[in-house]
Amino acid sequence: MTKDFKDTPITPDRFMTEFMRWKRGSITRRHFMGVTGLGLATAVLSRFPGAGVNPAFAEDLGTQMAIATWPNYHDPATFENFTAATGVAVEVNVFGSNEEMLAKLQAGGAGWSLFVPTNYTISTYAGLKLIDALDLSKIPNFSPSTQNPRFTSEGMVDGTTYALPKNWGTTGFAVNTAELKAPLTSWKDFFAVAMNEADGRAMVHDYQLTTIGSALVSLGLDFNSTKPEDLAQAEKLLLEVKPHLFAINSDYQPSMRSTDAWMTMCWTNDGAQLNRDMPEIAYILGTDGGEIWTDYYAIPSSAPNKAAGYALLNFLMDPAVAVKEHIANGAPATDSRVIALLPPEITSNKIVYPDEASLTPLEFGAAATLTDPGRAELMARFKSA
Amino acid sequence: MALSAAARKRWVTAALLAPAGLWLFFFLALPFLAILVFSLGERAPAGGYQPALTLANYLNLPARGAAFLNTALLAPVGAALCLAIAYPAAWFLALRVDPRHRLLLVALMIVPFWTSMLVRTYAWMYLLGARGIPQLLEMIGIENIRLINTPGAVLLGIVYGYLPLMVMPIYVSLEKLDRRLLEASSDLGARPMSTFLTVTLPLSMPGVMTGVALVSILLLGEYLIPQMLGGGKVYFIGNALVDLFLQSRNWPFGSAIAVTLVLGVVGVLLITMRIAWKVSGTRQMDLV
Repeated sequence: MTKDFKDTPITPDRFMTEFMRWKRGSITRRHFMGVTGLGLATAVLSRFPGAGVNPAFAEDLGTQMAIATWPNYHDPATFENFTAATGVAVEVNVFGSNEEMLAKLQAGGAGWSLFVPTNYTISTYAGLKLIDALDLSKIPNFSPSTQNPRFTSEGMVDGTTYALPKNWGTTGFAVNTAELKAPLTSWKDFFAVAMNEADGRAMVHDYQLTTIGSALVSLGLDFNSTKPEDLAQAEKLLLEVKPHLFAINSDYQPSMRSTDAWMTMCWTNDGAQLNRDMPEIAYILGTDGGEIWTDYYAIPSSAPNKAAGYALLNFLMDPAVAVKEHIANGAPATDSRVIALLPPEITSNKIVYPDEASLTPLEFGAAATLTDPGRAELMARFKSA
Repeated sequence: MALSAAARKRWVTAALLAPAGLWLFFFLALPFLAILVFSLGERAPAGGYQPALTLANYLNLPARGAAFLNTALLAPVGAALCLAIAYPAAWFLALRVDPRHRLLLVALMIVPFWTSMLVRTYAWMYLLGARGIPQLLEMIGIENIRLINTPGAVLLGIVYGYLPLMVMPIYVSLEKLDRRLLEASSDLGARPMSTFLTVTLPLSMPGVMTGVALVSILLLGEYLIPQMLGGGKVYFIGNALVDLFLQSRNWPFGSAIAVTLVLGVVGVLLITMRIAWKVSGTRQMDLV
């Protein structure tokens, strides 16, 4: 399949043109798959049932399974191809937050055989025995040697692998450089400019992890700190900046596009999309720190069809499949085999694949940060002030 | 088996009431009981609920005092604004419009309800955003107008969103109004204004109070409009609940706030209905 993909006679330039046309909705996914050759890979896959699935998989996969995941996070063809190859129909449940996924699994009877949690929830799930330690022998397509250990290690708890990485990204900020001339390189700059040149034009997330985390970073403190004295400093800064903010809202694309807002905390995918359509919008990673995140695949302990869960996970770890997932959702991949399949236009996009050096100061959010009551109360005081 | 006529009547009544009764029991009473139990519990270390028997969550209510205060201001102001706009509209529809056009006009009033509130509020985000009305104002020389993410935008969204809920009950109570009373009033020498104040208004009070109750109760739980048109900078109880259940997963504290909110709603209902009974001198309920 890898070979088919590489042999398709399409130039990287043309690939990107078609990719952007498709992203803008000018052409259909089917047309895109056809002209780029990705459709060929799909066709090849479905012609050989079991391709991409370990042939040693003699056990019965049943006829259906469910996956819980995020909006617009998959190429729909992925599941169609899996069904064609294995006969297992995949029901896709879409969620808006990790907290909802956790609540559903805790309540029992969620019925998922695979789901997509974010890094900072893995240890909580493992601690509550809601997810299984993975049997890597059932996932031969997973290749530890080509994975970036920074990402695989977040899927481990005490050396045991509970989850395998899907896509990763960063939390930086987007700046409309046509409106804001001040040079911005750090979170310290972000908050300073928000109170001056960008008065009434800056947005922060409606999410304590990133909003409090970035405020802490701008003060030279730890992104994940839950120390009361650190949080008190962050609170002082946030309350000071609040009257100057345009909004506290994680849905910042509409306001950035309408130029109501000139600057916002921003996730990788949104940064890439904004910059693609409005080149004057730059995406900046704080030199003083910030968040790096990764979404994972994990199998719930309560999975009704674990065999199919493993089969789909193995299918998704196939680089030929993962590359299409990457193209569908725009977030970077963790497996160098997948990156090798991407056209240089994508891999040279500094928003999607920043320099390693700019990633060094970034931190993963911690489970304790997310569930800390002190941070939750700080956020409520910030929002109600 | 021979049942007496009275016994059979009782059985029929019970059977007819059973679906609604079971519905209320399973989807109102039981969930409320669960919320009540949650509100006396503790937050589990990873979030959610763990059993306990404590009033700590209720004692912690002042931590969301600002949210309660904002909501307590928003609900009456929003309802009053809706009323000020809805009453003349309903009066016009019920008493002045040519009956041939009435159905069409009433339908037009309800049509926006066919589209999701989320979609309509999103549309307002674009209308009030920099590329919307402010850009038009710029063309005629009025510059640097900020409409979106202001308290005014939140009020506008509220009035827009809830207006039909206020118009309809008032319209219904005015439409039933016995026109002969108006004629009698004017025959007896009352001016139009005093006819309105002494006849029309009191007779429409059940509708007014139903509308006020409907709108303020929904406003007490409002979350979407302050979030989308207020930029999330103004915090209402609805927003506090969303954060507690979906972000910090402090279900017991969220439940305590929800129970308090329900008590507030019951209070609003009691007050508005009592005013309506007193003014109209009847206990006839005009819920649409």
